[in-house]
Amino acid sequence: MELQSPRSDETHGEHIHVVSPKVYLAILVILLIFTATTVAVSYVDLGVFNAVVALAIACIKMMLVVLFFMHIKYSTKLTKLTVVSGVFIFFTLISLTLADYISRAWGRW
Amino acid sequence: MSETASTTHGVLAGAQHEHPPYQRHHFSSVAQQFDASNFAMWLFLLTEIMFFGGLFTSYLIMRNWYYPAFVAGSHQLSIFLGTTMTAVLIISSFTMAMAVWCAETGRKRDLILSLSLTLLLGVVFLCLKGFEWHGEWVEYHVPGLRFSVENFVNPASDPQVFKEYHDKPLATDMAENVGQYFFLYFVMTGMHALHMIIGVSVLTFMILRARAGDYTSGHVTFVENFGLYWHFVDIVWIFLFPLLYLISRHS
Repeated sequence: MELQSPRSDETHGEHIHVVSPKVYLAILVILLIFTATTVAVSYVDLGVFNAVVALAIACIKMMLVVLFFMHIKYSTKLTKLTVVSGVFIFFTLISLTLADYISRAWGRW
Repeated sequence: MSETASTTHGVLAGAQHEHPPYQRHHFSSVAQQFDASNFAMWLFLLTEIMFFGGLFTSYLIMRNWYYPAFVAGSHQLSIFLGTTMTAVLIISSFTMAMAVWCAETGRKRDLILSLSLTLLLGVVFLCLKGFEWHGEWVEYHVPGLRFSVENFVNPASDPQVFKEYHDKPLATDMAENVGQYFFLYFVMTGMHALHMIIGVSVLTFMILRARAGDYTSGHVTFVENFGLYWHFVDIVWIFLFPLLYLISRHS
């Protein structure tokens, strides 16, 4: 019997996909460019937008890592849904916590 | 484990099938086993998101309460050092992704090389982190153990930082709250570093197993799942870096 890597196994699940090193290299370059950008932007005074831009760039970098390095782009619907629902619950919990802090700690915000 | 190794179950009637030794008996195929463990790994990572999420939320709330203290604390960190650590970690994520590719395509020598590079970059990151922590210790910025408000009630006492930021002196009670910033800084970078130490340990174990040829004969699940863990730790740092080092530069 032939022993193949599961990602290239034709008989089970076409969803399994070997990501090529070219993709990984392109993502690495983009991630390093974004890192340089976020540092450069932090030297420009944008007021409150310094934090907004820094976090937006961090989110883009996270998306790139999750989609390509962590293969979510090529994974099953089950895994995609799991990740999305997990992140959704995470944001729900943060929002509820913040709603509580904003409405109770009068005068501290 | 040789290329042709397989396990046969022929004792019970109707249970006659072969499968590779790394496939657990209750899975009908290697692909099914791969999907199941991959799914479980993601569930574990979601619990990790919740764990670090709690820390990030407390940072958000504390930074809003003690804003001037958090700004003064953040000005103590070196953006150059932070950027270097970020680059090191991102490159290590790339070498880890390459390790997964090497395992999938059966390149044993390159797999060992990729894993070793990942290990090396992980250790470099930890050394830089240790160097930074040592700096905090020397400067009396470790709350509870070795902390002084001197640099914050009298910013000119720290000429290097003062030259760059011209911070205004903080009142003593606000200066005490810089301790809150450094407390969260040590907890967050400390928990991150603990994950790195665990990762580096597992990498050492994986390199030994890769040398024995364990991952290049079809069994890539472990490499893939460890890759997910390593990239997750990278993502945590991708958020820690702007929050701790960058966003307070102009405040």
